Amino acid sequence: MKSDKKLIDENGKRLDGRGPDQLRNIKIEAGVLHRADGSCYLEWGGNKVIAAVYGPREAIPKHTQNPLKAIVKARYNMAAFSVDDRKRPGPDRRSQEISKVTSEALEKIVLTDQFPRAAIDVNIEVLDAEAGTRCAGLTAAGVALADAGIPMRDIPVACAAGKIGAENNDGMFSGGFVVLDLGKEEDNFGNADLPIAIAPRTNDIILLQMDGHLTFDEFEHALDLAMKGCQEISKLQKEALLRRYKSDVEVEE
Amino acid sequence: MTISPVIKQEHLYKLVEQGKRADGRQFNQYRPITIEPGIISKAEGSARVRIGNTQVIAGIKMSIGDPYPDTPDSGVITTAAELIPLASPDFEAGPPDQQTIELARVVDRGIRESEVIDLGKLCIIPGEKIWIIFIDIHIIDYDGNLFDAASLAALAALFNAKVPITQLMPMLEKIKEQYPDAAGYLQEHPEDYPLPLRDPPISCTFVKFNNAIVVDPSIDEQDIAEARITVATDPKGDIRAMQKGLKGSFTADEIKKIIKDSVINGSDIRKILKESVGT
Repeated sequence: MKSDKKLIDENGKRLDGRGPDQLRNIKIEAGVLHRADGSCYLEWGGNKVIAAVYGPREAIPKHTQNPLKAIVKARYNMAAFSVDDRKRPGPDRRSQEISKVTSEALEKIVLTDQFPRAAIDVNIEVLDAEAGTRCAGLTAAGVALADAGIPMRDIPVACAAGKIGAENNDGMFSGGFVVLDLGKEEDNFGNADLPIAIAPRTNDIILLQMDGHLTFDEFEHALDLAMKGCQEISKLQKEALLRRYKSDVEVEE
Repeated sequence: MTISPVIKQEHLYKLVEQGKRADGRQFNQYRPITIEPGIISKAEGSARVRIGNTQVIAGIKMSIGDPYPDTPDSGVITTAAELIPLASPDFEAGPPDQQTIELARVVDRGIRESEVIDLGKLCIIPGEKIWIIFIDIHIIDYDGNLFDAASLAALAALFNAKVPITQLMPMLEKIKEQYPDAAGYLQEHPEDYPLPLRDPPISCTFVKFNNAIVVDPSIDEQDIAEARITVATDPKGDIRAMQKGLKGSFTADEIKKIIKDSVINGSDIRKILKESVGT
């Protein structure tokens, strides 16, 4: 993971001009699909994702049903044209893993005991990928679940922090900056990536993954940054939902 | 058949007897069509097509590969469709089923056999290196008539596509070392250039139920259809591809009328395509 590229300068300015604690631009639109029960389109830097929710509906195949509560089945899928070298269609090991940890994160948030034997299907489709698609996907899924009217404890939101610009001498890292929301080069040539998802009202962590190299202090800093990022994005999620339903509310009044 | 389609069927049957459709359209009238090209930055070409509530995204990726032995001087096209569970409660994850494969093959034939792409111009070294074009079609929202939406999205994405010379320059340089002949190709094409395309044929799909024939079926019309036919016609009004589906039948006169309606609708759609991709 060596790179000659300087990902961050002395003043903490990053390749794309962002400061260390700045997010890329995020655009969220709720209710974009006609057929799905709930949906969301989200742009996050160069990422474009769509999430669609179907359910609660009968869980099929039957043996997957839980007689006491609903199951949440997230499916993360990348379009063949979403990456530089065409990706073979269909699930690979990476997307299966992301689907699993996303399902588990969402299952914690949804009030599943209200719908025994049911499934809530969350389809996340990555149309354009540029670092951080799992966070973008989960954030879109949160809005789509709310748009579908699925009862939840909170609206889940995800964001990553990481470390870039450290000197790597035979695996011994020194220096480096902890930054929010890694961009493409930062993801490829950075030193660590820490995506998390939280329930923003309580700050409970519902998804956490990490790869690379962080000291304990750097981890604390990165986690703090990612949490703040999540809170910022949480506001955008709520604004998107409000835009979608404001006119309906006004008509009802 | 469940109860609700029976009720829907009776309703739609009654309407067509009075010359009407559920959404107020004429029998030979399409739903509104919009085309947005260039929406995916990672793709060499892309487009989103909406026909009513049906929404399809097509993306083009290109890579350098080896030609087939029987066509050593021609580029290669590969078309795949994904009916992802995002688009409809009835679509399931997993390997492509028959419906998906028929869709991809009909779109592929419409592009391949009509020679929209001048494949002869996608050769880098005859017999050795050619361009491979991957057309991937994602159904995002399903409200009927995937054939026309998918074909149109594939065409719009092709017109939006650029051959990625700059991006693949390191690979092209390597090819040049191996085959000095490649210098000629690189001299002619020093940077990204649009795909060599001809005026395309446009597909129009019709379904028949209760002795009425309607164009651009909505999902309810498609669900009760007895027979379906897709006709692709070119700018001269000639027929370039056809595919009949489902268990019902058409008379010869019906087919002739359908072809005439295809030419009229096709020329309107071709206008929308050209305006949106700017050719």
